[in-house]
Amino acid sequence: MSNAGSATSVLRKIDPAVLTAFGCIVVLLLLAAALNENFLSPDYLLAQLQVASFLALMSTGMMLVILLGQIDLSLPWIITVGGMMSTAAAGWGPWGPVIAIPVGVLCGVVFGIINGIGVAYLRVPSMIFTLGINAVAQGFMIVRTGGAAPQDMATDSMHDLATGRLILGIPNPVWVWVVVGAAMVFLMRRTIFGRAVYAIGNREIAAYLSGIRTQRVMLAAFAISGGLAALAGTLLAGYSTKAYQGMGNPYLLPAIAAVVLGGTSILGGRGTYLGTVAGVILITLLQSILSVVRVPWFEITEAHRQIVYGVVIVAMLLLYGRGAKVAA
Amino acid sequence: MTDRALPVAHGGDWRFWLGEHRGTLLALGVFILMFALYTGNHPAGFNADVVTTAANKGVLLALVAVAQTFVVVTSGIDLSVGAIFVLCNCVASRMFWETGLESAASVIIVLLTGLACGALNGLIVIYGRLQPIVTTIATGAVFFGIALLFRESPGGDVNEDLADFMTNQFPGGIPASAVALFVVMLVIWTPFRRSMLGRVVYAVGSAEQAAYMSGLQIRRAKFAAYALSGLLCAIGGLFITFVTYTGEASLDNANAYTLNSIAAVVLGGVSLFGGRGSAVGAIFGALIFRTIGDLLFVFDLDPLWQPLFLGIVLLVSVCLGSFRLIRIRNRLDLFG
Repeated sequence: MSNAGSATSVLRKIDPAVLTAFGCIVVLLLLAAALNENFLSPDYLLAQLQVASFLALMSTGMMLVILLGQIDLSLPWIITVGGMMSTAAAGWGPWGPVIAIPVGVLCGVVFGIINGIGVAYLRVPSMIFTLGINAVAQGFMIVRTGGAAPQDMATDSMHDLATGRLILGIPNPVWVWVVVGAAMVFLMRRTIFGRAVYAIGNREIAAYLSGIRTQRVMLAAFAISGGLAALAGTLLAGYSTKAYQGMGNPYLLPAIAAVVLGGTSILGGRGTYLGTVAGVILITLLQSILSVVRVPWFEITEAHRQIVYGVVIVAMLLLYGRGAKVAA
Repeated sequence: MTDRALPVAHGGDWRFWLGEHRGTLLALGVFILMFALYTGNHPAGFNADVVTTAANKGVLLALVAVAQTFVVVTSGIDLSVGAIFVLCNCVASRMFWETGLESAASVIIVLLTGLACGALNGLIVIYGRLQPIVTTIATGAVFFGIALLFRESPGGDVNEDLADFMTNQFPGGIPASAVALFVVMLVIWTPFRRSMLGRVVYAVGSAEQAAYMSGLQIRRAKFAAYALSGLLCAIGGLFITFVTYTGEASLDNANAYTLNSIAAVVLGGVSLFGGRGSAVGAIFGALIFRTIGDLLFVFDLDPLWQPLFLGIVLLVSVCLGSFRLIRIRNRLDLFG
């Protein structure tokens, strides 16, 4: 009796949007299992989690920025910067392979800090400033690879980090996600910084008047977002064994969609990390099912996948992501 | 709506008019300066061919930037403009262009396609009450998917006479594309801006709650803004078909036009917070954006360095607005 009581109280604490998102995941899994029984095998599910963890790192940073009521459109080329700079650093002398990943992440943090300066201190709308940084990062990478040919092969350690299964047979990137996710939850729930992020997202001027150094918090959030995007880039480079231009391009929209499907308000101030986890799994499963499913009487092409992908996102948002009426 | 949104009815209100149009005038000035620099250093000098080529390139982005303006003025954002543009390009390349009648029907079908896409965005945003940025990300995927259905591989054709006419020059060396853009603005933007509908769109962008309280038809106005945005994308899609003679479902193109349209709108002095700015400014913003690229070309910059310079120029120009921070006395105005 008391067990049931505590279970419902736990359920009540969870955002209905997050519950719906997890519900959608179950529905998707059942649907997939009905189409092909291999879907529910542990191997397939673990492979899904591995792919999901790359998107999860990006979405974690994106969520932090969206909670502030901002957006980071520089994600695609910061991912690429992370991948390309880490593989290039691997070629710098005997210590190269050791410093490869830190150098990649550091470059992402630098771009993130510039984003933060532009948005927090120069007060340029994030949508356009991060767009500009995206263009600048792209320019840098084109200059770097055009004249000389820096090393673009991932090091063994990057490859291992992205594809190995060191502990309990679970893919390493999933462990990276667990560590980053735990740090994020701690940051959001147990630190002043986390509380400040929610406060700024709700109303920046009120947060400022309460004594929060809002500009520093925003700068830090963008720096973290840049660092996580670059980390995802180094893992992606390890996963596909090399870094290349445009490797981050397919990830911007899924990263934002995952955050929003997880119930985080795009206007900022509201959202939980559990929701983002649900959103990431949802997007990954959706993409994977769409690319694997075969129907005997009909040939499914990329076109159909795009259409279904878009329609499903709109449908899910209509299910639980609706805003308040203007009259309210 | 403040006094500034009212037309210049009484003499002496020119200061308000100037305040309202400062962004547009600034963009116009910068464009003239840059274009003079460009043609002045072009090996062929200032002649009709150079201007026509520049106009054809500029008009494409300008049309999409005007489309973006309609939505941005309502304080929304449309990340599907590039996808609608590409979709209309693909639809146009599938049409029949043999006779005059067929061509006319084809043009109308393409325009209706764009209008329908914009209307769908509007319906979801208004009645679904979803945020525009997320909605248009998703519908953009749908529109691009439909474009792929129409055109798996690049190809198709248009009425070449019509295409050549639209991309060539009129007697006197005036580029036909620029005239077409002018006509589009005269037929669509000007009546819209002066109508009740247009005013309500600006009111919604400035303060949606206040507009609602004043009894304005905010839903109808927003819907019109999104639908017209789709229509402008369709005109752009039609135009790129005239320029390239083919249709291509290119995701790179769709993304580039979406992102560049945002840059153009900002360069043209349209506020991303809504309620401020004009499509005329957005056009000059688009032309500025294109001329930056051309300038790097005539000054013989290593092509390798061009994307970096374009990015830095873009970044610096959006930061120029930050000079207003120097004049702020009360720190609270920072967060206003």
